[in-house]
Amino acid sequence: MVKLIAFVKKNPAFSVFALLAAGLIATAVCAPLLAAQDPYTAVMSEALQPPGPEHWFGTDWLGRDLYSRILYGARTSLTAVFCLTGVIMAAGAFLGITAGWCGGVIDAVIMRISDIMISFPGMVLAMAAAGIMGASMKNAVAAIAIVSWTKYARLARSLTLQIRNQDYIAAARVTGSRTPHILWRYVLPNAIPAVLITGATDIGTMMMEIAGLSFLGFGAVPPAAEWGSMLSEGRVYMTTAPWLMLFPGLAIFIAVMILNLLGDSLRDVLDPREE
Amino acid sequence: MKKHHVPKRLLQTVIVLFGISLLSFGLLYMAPGDPVLAMYEAGGTIPDEKIVNQTREALGLNEPFLVQYGNWLSSCLKGDFGISYSLNRPVGELILSRLWPTLKLAFLSLALMLLVSVPLGMTAAVHKGGIADYIVRFFTFLGVSLPNFWVGLILLYVFAVKLEILPVISSGQGFDRLILPAVTLAFAMTGKYTRQVRAAFLEELNQDYVTGARCRGIPDRVILWRHVLPNAVLPLITLLGLSMGSLLGGTAVAEVIFSYPGLGSLTVDAISSMDYSLIQGCVLWIALIYMLLNLLVDISYAFLDPRLKEEADRQW
Repeated sequence: MVKLIAFVKKNPAFSVFALLAAGLIATAVCAPLLAAQDPYTAVMSEALQPPGPEHWFGTDWLGRDLYSRILYGARTSLTAVFCLTGVIMAAGAFLGITAGWCGGVIDAVIMRISDIMISFPGMVLAMAAAGIMGASMKNAVAAIAIVSWTKYARLARSLTLQIRNQDYIAAARVTGSRTPHILWRYVLPNAIPAVLITGATDIGTMMMEIAGLSFLGFGAVPPAAEWGSMLSEGRVYMTTAPWLMLFPGLAIFIAVMILNLLGDSLRDVLDPREE
Repeated sequence: MKKHHVPKRLLQTVIVLFGISLLSFGLLYMAPGDPVLAMYEAGGTIPDEKIVNQTREALGLNEPFLVQYGNWLSSCLKGDFGISYSLNRPVGELILSRLWPTLKLAFLSLALMLLVSVPLGMTAAVHKGGIADYIVRFFTFLGVSLPNFWVGLILLYVFAVKLEILPVISSGQGFDRLILPAVTLAFAMTGKYTRQVRAAFLEELNQDYVTGARCRGIPDRVILWRHVLPNAVLPLITLLGLSMGSLLGGTAVAEVIFSYPGLGSLTVDAISSMDYSLIQGCVLWIALIYMLLNLLVDISYAFLDPRLKEEADRQW
């Protein structure tokens, strides 16, 4: 407890943003408790009600409560973005460490593939991949993962190249450690912090990319409560019900902002060398 | 770029070209199940087995992958990108008609972004830690965290629906139709670039030559504009090339919101209607444009930076 207080005093910014992010996650987890009504129940008599005491954020064209839908949208978006970041970091670290450690043909193949991926404008390829695989949240995550792993693979590779020349690796070898053991116990723990920092600073952007794919119709499909697709559906009612495009966008903005702030302050905590 | 560098860069380009074509073509194989069936279903009909097989035969889909790829590539090289079945026109013709509007939009938004972010970043760097710095940093933070499709919708709502000073639909002729899409695209980039400009200026301002110039009594204004600016702007050029990638993706969003007839909205329509030859054509062309722009950036970089020229001279 004393340690925690000392940590909070030393990193006030990070603590505040971590609390905000925890609030965001809590909102997603407790959505069923906080929601005013079921996000999928259509009440036609209540269609297109403006925001008021009954419906805080108003209702959509099917009479669904927008406030409840936005709460449930936090679940969809956060689950997707955490899965995406996890997958990219794991895949990137695995491929990068493999390439850096093995060298030779394996290294060349992995790095040339990554060169080709980088020479593509990422979002266009992600759009095409997600669209062709069929619109769903899972495919949108997969499509963005396909175009985004390269950055992490490059990072992990260059870290591995540095680490493998360290004395402690030589010492581990001399004392008879097997390669899997060295990779797991020495290379991975030393490469992970940099990968984590990069992941934390990217997570806000990735959330925006997922919402963007959904907005274009290549991610979550109606009636799913997802902020991007809610915006896209609400767009049609812009003149009569502007709240339908105001609140989902605001939700994305707030979530992305919290994640960005958290990512930046995490970098400052873990890597004090910068600035 | 020195003459000696050209062959190496060209070889690299050829490899990338090969990768681009392979990936564009390979997209077809990502479709779950039968692309021909998906094509008909997207068109709203469920054909019987015989028609599907006939179509497969006609499209050459029963051949092995490499043969199909070879056929596709050779016809692409001849300038034949196939026929778009959803729009019933040659793919090449469709793309060419959409190419210029998208490039116009992309370059206009780039110019707009530079016009805003360079002065802002400079001001923030010069007054580091001051009020101006905090205000600029606050706005860059907003810019980075606001999704561009939402910004586009809000702009559309305020300026086209409520104030009625700009058109709601951006198709057709006229400069006013470019304003909203360009501002939308520039908005998100401005946040990112202002940060970069600020960082680049801060780095340059810490250099010895700045201190030296100050000691010689050169006014700060002259140091900033004559000496620091050219050095700080150079790294931005590489970044500009790289962000063409996200810009070309971003144009898709802006084009869809504002119904602007460009390459991005064409790609989105192609994907939505599962128009395979059009998807392949669009992805291929967008990747080609991106690659060409980056090649241009590399070449111009070597021309603009005298240090690189000297280095190349020494190396060879």
